[in-house]
Amino acid sequence: MNKIVKKEYFSANVVSFEVEAPLIARSRKAGHFIILRVGEKGERIPLTIASADPQKGTITLVIQAVGKSSKKLCALNEGDYITDLVGPLGQATHIEKVGTIVCAGGGVGVAPLLPIVEAFHKAGNRVIVVLAARTKDLIILEDQMKANSDEVIVMTDDGSYGTKGLVTNGVESVILREPVNLCVTIGPAIMMKFVSLLTKKYNIPTMASLNTIMVDGTGMCGACRVTVGGKTKFVCVDGPEFDAHQVDFDEMIMRLGAYKEVEK
Amino acid sequence: MTIEEIITARRAEPWREELRKSLKNKDRMVIPRVKMRELDPNTRNHELKEEVNLGLTQEEALLEAKRCLDCPKPTCMNGCPVSINIPSFIKNIERGEFLEAAKVLKETSALPAVCGRVCPQEKQCEAECIYLKSKKEAVAIGYLERFAADYEQESGQISIPEISHHNGIKIAVVGSGPAGLSFAGEMAKFGYSVTVFEALHEIGGVLKYGIPEFRLPNRIVDVEIESLRKMGVEFVKDCIVGKTISYDDLHQDEFKGIFVASGAGLPNFMNIEGENLIGVMSSNEYLTRVNLMDASNPESDTPVLPGKKVAVIGGGNTAMDSVRTAKRLGAERAVIVYRRSEEEMPARLEEVKHAKEEGIEFLTLHNPIKYIGDERGRVKQMVLQKMQLGEPDASGRRRPEPIEGATDTLDVDEVIVSVGVSPNPLIPSSFKGLEITKWGTIVVNKETMRSAVKDVYAGGDIVRGGATVILAMGDGRRAAAAMHESMNG
Repeated sequence: MNKIVKKEYFSANVVSFEVEAPLIARSRKAGHFIILRVGEKGERIPLTIASADPQKGTITLVIQAVGKSSKKLCALNEGDYITDLVGPLGQATHIEKVGTIVCAGGGVGVAPLLPIVEAFHKAGNRVIVVLAARTKDLIILEDQMKANSDEVIVMTDDGSYGTKGLVTNGVESVILREPVNLCVTIGPAIMMKFVSLLTKKYNIPTMASLNTIMVDGTGMCGACRVTVGGKTKFVCVDGPEFDAHQVDFDEMIMRLGAYKEVEK
Repeated sequence: MTIEEIITARRAEPWREELRKSLKNKDRMVIPRVKMRELDPNTRNHELKEEVNLGLTQEEALLEAKRCLDCPKPTCMNGCPVSINIPSFIKNIERGEFLEAAKVLKETSALPAVCGRVCPQEKQCEAECIYLKSKKEAVAIGYLERFAADYEQESGQISIPEISHHNGIKIAVVGSGPAGLSFAGEMAKFGYSVTVFEALHEIGGVLKYGIPEFRLPNRIVDVEIESLRKMGVEFVKDCIVGKTISYDDLHQDEFKGIFVASGAGLPNFMNIEGENLIGVMSSNEYLTRVNLMDASNPESDTPVLPGKKVAVIGGGNTAMDSVRTAKRLGAERAVIVYRRSEEEMPARLEEVKHAKEEGIEFLTLHNPIKYIGDERGRVKQMVLQKMQLGEPDASGRRRPEPIEGATDTLDVDEVIVSVGVSPNPLIPSSFKGLEITKWGTIVVNKETMRSAVKDVYAGGDIVRGGATVILAMGDGRRAAAAMHESMNG
């Protein structure tokens, strides 16, 4: 189990793995994530499932090499095994027909956004995707997004591709142009915070998929806790998706830095 | 044969009669209870993985076994949730047949080396020992159990209980903690094909992620798990029933009975200001990082914050485990903060004693009401409400009440919240037709452990809320007996 059947580089630091996981491929839905561990001394890290093929019995994960564990994971090759892989975890995205949806993804957050875009589009929504990255090379999954949505808007910080500007500029351009019923955002916490502030201004319901520190991923420890609407929630069991306008992003960003010094 | 008949028949064996005659009760009763040898407190409080209790030597065990009077109606057995045939195993120790003693333990307990270490014997078997009637200290049943189990483990001649003919009937167990392991062992003995599904990457539940090495070494747990494997029990790790596979999947795979032992893994928080500051965490998170993930080992990828001034909130065994762990990881000050007085503490007396010897401070009649952080969001202080004891509450313990206006501030850089756990909602929310209490526990018939869904039985903390290892094991054993009877009925 957990054999890597395909490895693909999206950019120098972003890798896509297709991994054997037949039970997860069969039962997962959009929005679900997994926890994995590389090596006997490895830590447990959460990753959202980007796509799955129940026939082949595989799931696809997209990883950005940033820290010790993600670098270790990205160094694996086709034919290698991931020591442990468990899931699907969390609540699936609530998919229904709501009208026009803007889906805003940044960095590797674009990968977990894909199944949500796909599901909302299949449910008959008009789906507009805003993809954002620092520079052209970091834009991923553009073709897959195009195939599963009505429109894709690309934003780059340096203007090397698409329109120059931040993800919020892209989202706002849609809001100013047509009525939007729902916004979905996945990406770095700071990005989700600003998307949330923007859509709050326009009173557009917004859903964010949170990526906090986790240990077990099954509700056992509370490492992933966030404050939503003044109440403490566990991202791994109550989430990962929450009403973005209720999330205390500043607290979440602070907690993400908990192990910065220890991790070196 | 009934249990009474078995007890009488075994007691009547010639060697037992001879043993009884070899020493008068009067002479047995003057032998003082053995003291367990322990590591020195000032050495052990730096050693995360060294077991504190060192076990009995053969001489000590032989002498302690002599104290047991081999009562015709052994009341001690009533105090054991899995009904270990206590005089039988102790008399085997007295005659020097240590492996035989271990065999007797395994007739009813899948994890004797574990129980001998973590059971609160003073509230169970030893609380019913005849010695207490004469105002003497009870026979050290727990120490002797541990001795026999350890002797067997070290001998390399581990006996595997006899298995009735394999009936080919598939049984699923959800969770590999003490309840699930106990159930699995019993069902394997009856001849069923048992598969245990575990969500984590290690088998053992709280025995692995919760109870620290200095109280229960993982290798001890692993040997007992290996015995179950040899009995044919299969283990599937990284598989969450209710998520990875469903109730319907289990049916399609022809599992004829399901035992739910998913435990009470959800930590309670107090919902007070500042509880989400960095450095404040549940005991489950802290102990999982240190025990399961080996976070204090530089080789491990999992980090843990090294607290220098650590407060642990609560007075149970988990709180003691957490605070003693913090001390071992280098805390200069490790403090138990408990809202009642020491008398009401639910932790075992032995754990409290060990903690004190190791330099743990006890701040009783104090309750945190607020945490204060620094500019980086790290906890630096906690505000404590001073308490006093009022009238007894429903649990019979005197209710702690705040003393108006009396507060204290304590400097801390790490806080571990150990104020209880709630049942894991996964199975209750994913199995249709189960009856659930308002606390989220599964309702079962107390004799059979059968739930409202005919083929689903449940036991341990998912039925009781946070309880003990041995009660969970007792549930597993009862559920197995009842499921077996219903399959044949």
